[in-house]
Amino acid sequence: MVTTGPPTRDDGPVKFSVLVEVRLQPGIADPQGSTIERSLPHLGFDGISEVTVGKSIRFVCDGDDEASVRAEVDDMCKRFLTNPVIEDATITVTPA
Amino acid sequence: MKIGVVLFPGSNCEQDVIEAIRSLDGEAELLWHGDATVGDVDGIVVPGGFAHGDYLRPGAIARFSPIMGAVAEFAASGGPVVGICNGFQVLTEAGLLPGALQKNRGLKFRCSEAELRVETTNSALTSEAHAGDVLRVPINHFEGNFTCSAETLAELRAEDRIVVRYVDNPNGSVDDIAGICSAGRNVVGLMPHPERACNALLGSTDGVPLMRSLLAAAGARVA
Repeated sequence: MVTTGPPTRDDGPVKFSVLVEVRLQPGIADPQGSTIERSLPHLGFDGISEVTVGKSIRFVCDGDDEASVRAEVDDMCKRFLTNPVIEDATITVTPA
Repeated sequence: MKIGVVLFPGSNCEQDVIEAIRSLDGEAELLWHGDATVGDVDGIVVPGGFAHGDYLRPGAIARFSPIMGAVAEFAASGGPVVGICNGFQVLTEAGLLPGALQKNRGLKFRCSEAELRVETTNSALTSEAHAGDVLRVPINHFEGNFTCSAETLAELRAEDRIVVRYVDNPNGSVDDIAGICSAGRNVVGLMPHPERACNALLGSTDGVPLMRSLLAAAGARVA
């Protein structure tokens, strides 16, 4: 049977693709970003500003729905994936 | 009195710490990170290196090692705990000390001798030093740039919890901070390596009063 549309709770746990983008909080010095920004003009790339460097963490997560997966990933970020003293994260959840 | 030195996969300064403590007539033993106890030690050092490869962030995974619960309990009971370099990073990630260690300003790995000014003698690492003393102690780090919120910095200053400052800031640390202590003054973290400055053959013995302070704090716990 071919189904269309997003998975629903009635189907039981389904898989979601998760993207966590970790970045330094505004105001925290970003030595990697500033080094790249200073380097780009030497290679002929002008007009570049506001370079920041972070990291992306991707995984697949079983869950009932997008909201519950998002809540779980939010908890992961607070406890492990970010250092809340200097970093924050944006979370993107999509059906896998 | 006995100092336990925590060994994580990736630690690499544990033998230096043990050697320094033994050279000062202290007793030292390794504590494996996978054990959930610190045994009968009277003081703990979390040494330098790259615990768990520094994966994710320095200290991010080490804080979940089984021994860290016992280290936190030991600290809560007033026991002296000193984190050196990577050990400082581990203690901040574990929430035993405030702030965070960010990549050095200018992205420079700093491996040199640094001058540290002792700012307070009221800590487990400086009781045997003198306020205002300038000590020559090696530094060896890429992520030693101490960072914290304005509120935390104000609290550290008001409570005299900045233990040592750099004379010439090598890494961009806020307020030239090289080491801080907990509110209870028994948990101390610093980026420089006092254990590598305990023998004239290594170029400096200025780390001796710091390591002696730790032994004194551990001895006070025994008494």
